[in-house]
Amino acid sequence: MADINEIIKEENLVYSKSKILTDNIMSYCPGCTHGVVHKLVAEVIEEMNIQEKTIGVCPVGCSVLAYKFLNIDIQQASHGRAPAVATAVARLKPDKYVFTYQGDGDLASIGTGEIIHACNRGENIVVIFINNGIYGMTGGQMAPTSLIGMPTSTSPYGRDAKLAGNPLKITELIAQLPGTTFVTRQAAHTPAAVRKCKKAILKAFENVGNKKGTSFIEVVSTCSSGWKLSPVKSNEWMVEHMLPFYQLGDLKDE
Amino acid sequence: MAKVKGAIKVDVEKCKGCSLCVVVCPSKVIALAKEVNGKGYNYAYMANPEECTGCTNCAMVCPDSVIDVYRVKAQVGA
Repeated sequence: MADINEIIKEENLVYSKSKILTDNIMSYCPGCTHGVVHKLVAEVIEEMNIQEKTIGVCPVGCSVLAYKFLNIDIQQASHGRAPAVATAVARLKPDKYVFTYQGDGDLASIGTGEIIHACNRGENIVVIFINNGIYGMTGGQMAPTSLIGMPTSTSPYGRDAKLAGNPLKITELIAQLPGTTFVTRQAAHTPAAVRKCKKAILKAFENVGNKKGTSFIEVVSTCSSGWKLSPVKSNEWMVEHMLPFYQLGDLKDE
Repeated sequence: MAKVKGAIKVDVEKCKGCSLCVVVCPSKVIALAKEVNGKGYNYAYMANPEECTGCTNCAMVCPDSVIDVYRVKAQVGA
């Protein structure tokens, strides 16, 4: 063990928690993808040195808790209305880096109108969209993005397309809008995916600096509590079921 | 010959024992402890410290950012 103590020294540190993250204990469930994405956002803000210039907008859902963990200015918005609030912030303070952080029950359901029009107007913001196919905070109800056959607390026998419609690929809809400059779908279940996701977030924040329009990043995520699986099994379930439908990659990069 | 040696330091009280770091470790260094922390989670620890290369995979996927990674180039053999 003496050997280990020789390695654990300040000068040998190669990776540690971003300084933009607060010291609060993350209140998310074990293995929640929110934690990974929070970390990536914090690392990007730290690398770009824009802590004082970043304003986040977090609406309702687990995503609203971000203000506890990110040491930046954050404005809360009503359910689904983050893009509308972000529009106002970005127009009033054009030198700031404004981003929204939304879940799928928020962005793809009650907030569909706001997100489509904000992207169509090409507001100079970043949209980070956490898609886990479920309403996590309220108890695992079916979301517009739930897969066909996916069991949720309001569709215990699986989502039925005849009854509840088809899962919504909102990122594909957004990619068609002329206001968007960068539309991508990422995941954060493996180290390689996390690195790619971080690159996408970095690019999106750079696009805001270059006033290029809306950058939209979907992160296909897990909800181990809502899916009633362990965190490791959730990742496996996501790879097996979510990723064939929500295919990863850049949909638009101009 | 130079060999890269690494080590991790886990913030035990903040770890929630999700074991995402356990499955991504290419050298099978990390395991969950039999003991629990203040919140009742079996926290991650270095069960096999000799094999750690400091690749940062575990810290990369950790949702709670509780893992610090250290790395040195150590001289081994003659």
